Amino acid sequence: MIETAAPRARAIESQAGGGAPHKGAIRMEALEKWYGTRDPRVHALAPTDLNIPEGELLVLLGPSGCGKTTLLRMIGGLIEPTSGDLLVEGRPLWRDGVRQNEVLSELGMVFQEANLFPWLTIEDNVALPLELKGMPKAERRAAAAKLLKMVGISGFEKRWPRELSGGMRQRAAIARALSYDPHILLMDEPFGALDAMTRDQMNLELQRIWSETGKTVVLVTHSISEAVFLADRIVLLSPRPGKIDTILNVDLPRPRTAETQATPAFQDYVRDLHHRLAAIS
Amino acid sequence: MIQRSLFHPANRAKLLPYVTTPLLVALIILIWHSYVTLSGVSPFILPSPQSVWTAWIAMLYDPRAWNHTLMTVYATLTGFAWALVVGVGLGVLIGRFRWLEQTLNPFIVATQVVPKVAFVPLFVVWFGFGLTAKVIVAAVLAFFPILTNTVLGVKSVDAGHRDVATSLNATSWQRFRRLELPSSLPYILTGMEVGIVLAIIGAIVGEYLGGTQGLGYMMIARMNAFATNELFAVIIHMTLLGFIFYFSIGILRRILIPWHQSTQR
Ligand SMILES: Nc1ncnc2c1ncn2[C@@H]1O[C@H](COP(=O)(O)OP(=O)(O)OP(=O)(O)O)[C@@H](O)[C@H]1O
Ligand SMILES: [Mg+2]
Repeated sequence: MIETAAPRARAIESQAGGGAPHKGAIRMEALEKWYGTRDPRVHALAPTDLNIPEGELLVLLGPSGCGKTTLLRMIGGLIEPTSGDLLVEGRPLWRDGVRQNEVLSELGMVFQEANLFPWLTIEDNVALPLELKGMPKAERRAAAAKLLKMVGISGFEKRWPRELSGGMRQRAAIARALSYDPHILLMDEPFGALDAMTRDQMNLELQRIWSETGKTVVLVTHSISEAVFLADRIVLLSPRPGKIDTILNVDLPRPRTAETQATPAFQDYVRDLHHRLAAIS
Repeated sequence: MIQRSLFHPANRAKLLPYVTTPLLVALIILIWHSYVTLSGVSPFILPSPQSVWTAWIAMLYDPRAWNHTLMTVYATLTGFAWALVVGVGLGVLIGRFRWLEQTLNPFIVATQVVPKVAFVPLFVVWFGFGLTAKVIVAAVLAFFPILTNTVLGVKSVDAGHRDVATSLNATSWQRFRRLELPSSLPYILTGMEVGIVLAIIGAIVGEYLGGTQGLGYMMIARMNAFATNELFAVIIHMTLLGFIFYFSIGILRRILIPWHQSTQR
């Protein structure tokens, strides 16, 4: 269970349009987070080093309060690191306390709640990022139709979010994050609120979308089997303060299916992680 | 949708007011009529329903009465429009910036507690007997519910929705237009519902105290003429006006926030 020297780079599809040398890559050096300014400050994340290569599906796993959300929100530009370096595609996300917005546009966020705007139809929700970037309505509509097809909820364009099930809403949220084609997708327990069956299905869909788009995905979860099912690499965090405990490569063939979960190899990974998690929490 | 009988239990509750309201109004009129007939109370104190009805019908045929109505409507709507623009604008800023809220809060509370109607004579002194004073009174009264509801609305914007706007790198204007405004609309409309009624009150109180126009002036004139039945007629007239304004906001609610719970049937 030790970090292998060179994380494998996935060679999915030609790098159409992406000429950047670090496309989709994230690099952290001594990244640290303290919450609060007055005395009982919370040390949410101890200085952390981590490299995430292009196209990797990385899962952050760990007990509650170990700083998974903190780490992900820092990568997503929602909170500022206290110290350390955070490079997205080779460029710093923060410079002198100012967020660098060109970098931000390569990051797509999916939250635990779908966070769709209830006053927009599904179509308008999905196309919201495009609207904010000034794309004309007809183009937006075409883009939304494509995205909804990709996440499997075509035909719900004109519905209100409240008219959709939790799983469908989360699909729409994924479509929204994909709409402006960021190289990196950040997901904080995206399926945590769903029932087990929907969750399994969403995991299959996520794997499909990831392999179709070749994006870098960083996903936070509480679920060990979800982590093993999805991950190229699992980063196990331990709490108080949050820090990397273990990094585990998951060498299971893809595409992974329901059968994969029944294999001894899969169950070995799950068991090992269970033991490790029990030891640190 | 499933078609249900008109008398299905689910529909009964909805239909109930259509039955009870006319019945209750009829009952009140009946009691009023009986009291006037049996007690022999002077028509200067309490006119009979019939004489009030005749006075109101006569009013509807009187162009001067319509002119007064128009004045009141004008003062109400203009004042309300000012209150809406300033109330929502300032409310969004206060809801957004904590320092602004902390700076202005003592003044807002002070202006909330002070009986604003007490300032009406002052407005008359400052702005004269014309329309301006009435517009201002209407605006001042309607302003506070709109302001406080807008502030509440902006503060209630879902943190998750704010995260979405932040991660999409929305500009300040986009944040207002695409997030804060639509998200606060249900609150703003509630403020508007209260505000429009207060605006009418403001306009009428303004008319009481000065000038020769508007329904408020008409009431004072009828009172001084001891035409109590006509006074009642004006009151009915104003009540109907209030209903129309109030329901207009309700219609606005349906148009503007079809997505909101308050609009769902
Ligand atoms: N805004 C905040 N202010 C102060 N402390 C915070 C804040 N957000 C998180 N913390 C603290 O930082 C630590 C890490 O929190 P974080 O939300 O990152 O954990 P997590 O791993 O995502 O937990 P969970 O699995 O329960 O979602 C916790 O101790 C938490 O109490
Ligand atoms: Mg979390």
